[in-house]
Amino acid sequence: MRVIMAGEITTVVARLCREVNVTLGEDVLRALAEAREQEESPRGRDVLEKLLTNAALARAEGLPLCQDTGVAVVFLEVGQEVHIVGDLEAAVNEGVRRGYSEGYLRKSVVRHPLDRVNTGDNTPAVIHCRIVPGDRLKITVAPKGAGSENMSALRMLKPADGVEGVKRFVLEVVEKAGPNACPPLVVGVGIGGTMEKAALLAKEALLRPLGSRSDDPLVAALEAELLAAINRSGIGPLGLGGRVTALAVHVEVYPCHIASLPVAVNLNCHAARHRSAVLPDGIWRLIGSAADRKGKNDVSEEKHKSLGEKT
Amino acid sequence: MNSLRITTHLTDAVIESLRAGQGVLISGRLLTARDAAHKRMVEALGRGEELLVNLRGQVIYYVGPSPAPPGKVIGAAGPTTSGRMDPYTIPLLAQGLKGMIGKGYRSPEVVAALAKYKAVYFVTYGGAGALLSRAVKAVRVLAYADLGPEAVHEFIVEDFPALVANDIYGGSVYQRESAEKVRMIGIE
Repeated sequence: MRVIMAGEITTVVARLCREVNVTLGEDVLRALAEAREQEESPRGRDVLEKLLTNAALARAEGLPLCQDTGVAVVFLEVGQEVHIVGDLEAAVNEGVRRGYSEGYLRKSVVRHPLDRVNTGDNTPAVIHCRIVPGDRLKITVAPKGAGSENMSALRMLKPADGVEGVKRFVLEVVEKAGPNACPPLVVGVGIGGTMEKAALLAKEALLRPLGSRSDDPLVAALEAELLAAINRSGIGPLGLGGRVTALAVHVEVYPCHIASLPVAVNLNCHAARHRSAVLPDGIWRLIGSAADRKGKNDVSEEKHKSLGEKT
Repeated sequence: MNSLRITTHLTDAVIESLRAGQGVLISGRLLTARDAAHKRMVEALGRGEELLVNLRGQVIYYVGPSPAPPGKVIGAAGPTTSGRMDPYTIPLLAQGLKGMIGKGYRSPEVVAALAKYKAVYFVTYGGAGALLSRAVKAVRVLAYADLGPEAVHEFIVEDFPALVANDIYGGSVYQRESAEKVRMIGIE
């Protein structure tokens, strides 16, 4: 059994919040650079050039990439042999509070969706917790801006709609979003499960390294087909016309009811932000790009940069 | 791309010269406002009150900046989605507002009102908040300070880059070939 003090979790969450909003992942930077090479429209190329300059500038000056530093979505994978001393959710929220204050990040959360008074510290986070085998704790912070979140959608299709229905829905969501979701997009698609499961799958799909393909050949083919179709739309970078409308399409699937075909599409803007840390062997480690959450608990820590913080 | 340098206030002559797709570099004064400030302004007008900030000839930038770190005048300051301000926009145009800067589509009602009130809608680089903050040279809060990032600020900008998205002649930078949309939906 491993004992983790809640205060350690706060420290790490605060650090992840600060870093993830300032430093774009290598996979996203690579995808944007490739997009700049592929883009044919001058306006699209200009946009991609500016986005790369923005990323370099944010990193150099310690400024957020985007003023919308999002609602903090926090994924926790808690090993069943981990004992946490203190209140886990309170520790995460304290980390968000500190990270957003110390990092000069925008406080974008209102206390109630209807009376809309800002909480002033970007809490509470949206926390998804999963119990997994083992004795490690993995924390992923994925701030989500509203521009792309607002254009996301879910539909309960009929099984008869099949894969064609899924494709039509995904393309409809991307088409409707147009410039609003800040393309080039990362498109997360969740198919199957129940209504809430599909939505969560779509969000988890956004955590995969850009350019990774599903292990399931049927799903991998769908990802490739959707990416090609989206990039034929002509929407282009920031919706100003061009070839590169999405950097990646990631699809996650789950078994579902004989009568159901839920599909959720979670759009992410070009600033696809997520950062993780794991606690194995008493050392917090940073993961530049969260590994596929599905059944890959043995994230190979060796290739990830150490936070250098002994616990 | 050849950008045209323009200065606020926006005169009718400048607005008449602008066409969708024209790149501009804006200098002078911008007001900032987004959802909550728009709601307050329109509610104040509904009660017959005068606005705390005179909108005549002004340009509103739809932005909620991140806080200024030490040594900077502002944090990241990129555009938010303009469409959310559509329900509040026409009463502000009626107050003399001449320009708006944001990202994304406007409603057909707002697009039509641009011609009526002789105003222009610009878009700028969505998600490039760090880059755009460089064009902001001075900042002060003018109204609704309690709204934090949603307060009405005055930005003094130099060569703030933008693109005319909707002009007074019905032109739009977002018009795409409908054939492309059909091709997209009709995938095999």
